[in-house]
Amino acid sequence: MNENDSADPLVRCRGLRKEYGSGEGMVRAVDEVDLEVARGEALAIMGPSGCGKSTLLHLLGGLDRPTAGELWLGGRRIDRLCERGLAQLRRHDVGFVFQAFHLMDELTAEENVELPALLAGRSPRDARQRARELLGEVGLADRADHLPSALSGGQRQRVAVARALANEPQLVLADEPTGNLDSAATLEVLRLFEDLHTAGLTLVVVTHDERIAATADRLISMRDGALVDETRLVGGTRGNLGDLAGLGG
Amino acid sequence: MGKLLLVWRLAAKDLRHNALEAVLLLLAVAAAATTLTLGLALHGVTNAPYARTRAATHGPDVVASVFPGGPNAPGPAKVGELRPLEHAKGVVAASGPFPVTWVVLRGRSSAGAEVEGRSTAPVAVDQPKLTAGSWVRPGGVVLEAGFASALDLHVGDQLRLAGVPLRVVGTAVTAAVTSYGKLCYIGCDDRNVSYGQPGFVWTTTADAARVAHVAKEPIAYFLNLKLADPAQAAGFANRFDASTANAPSAPYLVSWQDIANEDAKVIGNVQLVLFTGSWLLVLLALASVAVLVGGRMAEQSRRVGLVKAVGGTPTFVAMVLVLEHMLVGVGAAAVGLLLGWLVAPTLDGPGAGMLGSAGAPALGPAGIGLVLALAVAVAVAATFVPTLRAARTTTVRLLDDAARTPRRRPMVLKVSAHLPASLLVGVRLAVRRPRRLLLAVFSVAVTASGIMAVLVVHATNAARGLAPNDPQDLRLDQVTALLSVMLVVLAAVNALFIAWATILDTRHAAALVRALGATPGQVTVGISVAQLVPALAGALLGIPGGLGIFDVAKKGGSAVIPAAGWIALMVLGTVLAVAVLAAIPARVGTRRSVAEVLQAEAA
Repeated sequence: MNENDSADPLVRCRGLRKEYGSGEGMVRAVDEVDLEVARGEALAIMGPSGCGKSTLLHLLGGLDRPTAGELWLGGRRIDRLCERGLAQLRRHDVGFVFQAFHLMDELTAEENVELPALLAGRSPRDARQRARELLGEVGLADRADHLPSALSGGQRQRVAVARALANEPQLVLADEPTGNLDSAATLEVLRLFEDLHTAGLTLVVVTHDERIAATADRLISMRDGALVDETRLVGGTRGNLGDLAGLGG
Repeated sequence: MGKLLLVWRLAAKDLRHNALEAVLLLLAVAAAATTLTLGLALHGVTNAPYARTRAATHGPDVVASVFPGGPNAPGPAKVGELRPLEHAKGVVAASGPFPVTWVVLRGRSSAGAEVEGRSTAPVAVDQPKLTAGSWVRPGGVVLEAGFASALDLHVGDQLRLAGVPLRVVGTAVTAAVTSYGKLCYIGCDDRNVSYGQPGFVWTTTADAARVAHVAKEPIAYFLNLKLADPAQAAGFANRFDASTANAPSAPYLVSWQDIANEDAKVIGNVQLVLFTGSWLLVLLALASVAVLVGGRMAEQSRRVGLVKAVGGTPTFVAMVLVLEHMLVGVGAAAVGLLLGWLVAPTLDGPGAGMLGSAGAPALGPAGIGLVLALAVAVAVAATFVPTLRAARTTTVRLLDDAARTPRRRPMVLKVSAHLPASLLVGVRLAVRRPRRLLLAVFSVAVTASGIMAVLVVHATNAARGLAPNDPQDLRLDQVTALLSVMLVVLAAVNALFIAWATILDTRHAAALVRALGATPGQVTVGISVAQLVPALAGALLGIPGGLGIFDVAKKGGSAVIPAAGWIALMVLGTVLAVAVLAAIPARVGTRRSVAEVLQAEAA
């Protein structure tokens, strides 16, 4: 079977577990999670603080290793990859968007966006061109030379999204991408994600905000490390983002 | 009182919490304090062994000598010219003239020998003090004790002087000539002495004449004089030498002060090396402390923020930090003083050529105060900048654990974009803290200068042709080896500190580039490679640095440049060592999971 067959899920995990500590102090952050994410799907993960949403996201993106269970990305088993293998996975197949943006303070927007491409071995010229295209796509072409400190929260997060797309990943993982943003900036980022979704990119978004989750194709809820509920949102609620963000626009 | 108690408690607890760092810091400062103690302890003890030997041997106040003719005054030495000196004004006793010649001695090994013919009966001036065996007799020689020790010859051993077989019947010390290794400081007729600096040997007058005859060597004569006022010996000799400057065959006079000064150079040179080394180590210790404290500040900013948040003033924070480092400084001074006091006797001992043991050298209150003050100053001075920064940074920012925003380097960013991923990561991480880079260059340069100076000393000594097993050379070897090891160890500690501080400071950036696809190996190699540039710069600066140290220490003495291979080895070895040392903490630093670091930073 062709691993790139669109009928195959892009992400698949079985009995995924992540434990911290040992003995009586052991904490199971992710508990026997079975999950599939289809190609091009937008999945939202919700749950209270400390329920394991972010840990699950880190496992899916190869930022951390599971204690047990099986995990596939694009038909390739990744839970047994060495650190180097995981790094290559993050470099080529996964893009991350963090709540705290995690931009490098001393680099301009353009330099932040081109960094993953340079790490992947692209020529400086290609990397720069790709960064300009992406900044244009996220509406920040005129802010390319600005340092993060000169950008608003929403603009920083758009830079982070552009950076996540630098190496054309199969999967974009976003951890509370609007958690540090005001309503207007939230709307900016949501519109960006909608564009990515429309373009067929697979998105997994961890959020506390039901309005954000409502834009996804599917919503799963977590509690105490386990999946407890799943809701399919046919077509999401695209087109009403302004209402969702409370801006009426 | 309560506040002082709190300052003490916070300082003590922090030291205990960071025990490893505190111990490394203590060792760095203690190394500098030890060498400084040694240098100070050796000051003033240099002449004691000579004075003891002079008293025990009825040492001469002036030694007069006439040499066989050179180009300006051909013919044998004019012994008659010595006679008037026996009755010169101020002279109260004399012994000699004794015949002297220079031949090759072959025993277990070979060396040049200055052979003096003596009567079997004791004399009033310069009767060498036996340290083993008995005095000269026909067929039996007595070796100057330092010479015997260097050649491993003992009473009963056979040797040959110019092929003449003789037996060692004794070893002795004298104050009439300098001890082994520097006998020719006023010049020797060494045409037949092809083994560098000779040693001193006493035979009977007849044996000396026989040896000279077999060797076809001319004979010189030495006359020992006792003055009514020994303190006037230098003036007596200088006036005489000045008055006969234009008479090539006239006697040449040397005072006991000249001989004593030359003997003191053995320890004097050791002292010079130790003083120079101790200042290099002080500089390195300062760099260690600055890097360590700077690194800890980055790590502990949240802790300082907490102290400030609960009402601690900037002064209070400064007091805690200064007390912490003062405690380390005082501890290091104590360790340095103790080690210096214990080690000094092994360095200032008189050697076999002189009588007595120097024992533990005296170190006065001024010396102790200087070591203490220096150690504390090193520790306190290095805390100044971080203390000021902690005091000036707002409490909220400290609580956020927000590091200072690195300075932007557009040119470096542009150039590094063309580098492979490892180098790109390394260069960008390294240039975030230019002052730390400069500190790395400085640290390596100090060590490389020290090692280069040692290489120059060895090359210069080799070119000068020292005596075999010269005690001065051996002792200098010991001291320079000890200093080299200390410099290298301290520089290694610095390299580790700098790499670790870089990793602490760049943990977020490093985690981020890993999240973006850099492997731990690329980050490790990057940080390691990034240390190569300052290491190379420092090692290259060490070449003129070492020559400069030698020049300053020897006050203009001509230096011999070591072989290019040795210099290249020093530079490459330094660079490689720094890269390997930096890789250790870099590798350890990448073990923490990316998610863990990013979450901690975002929290």
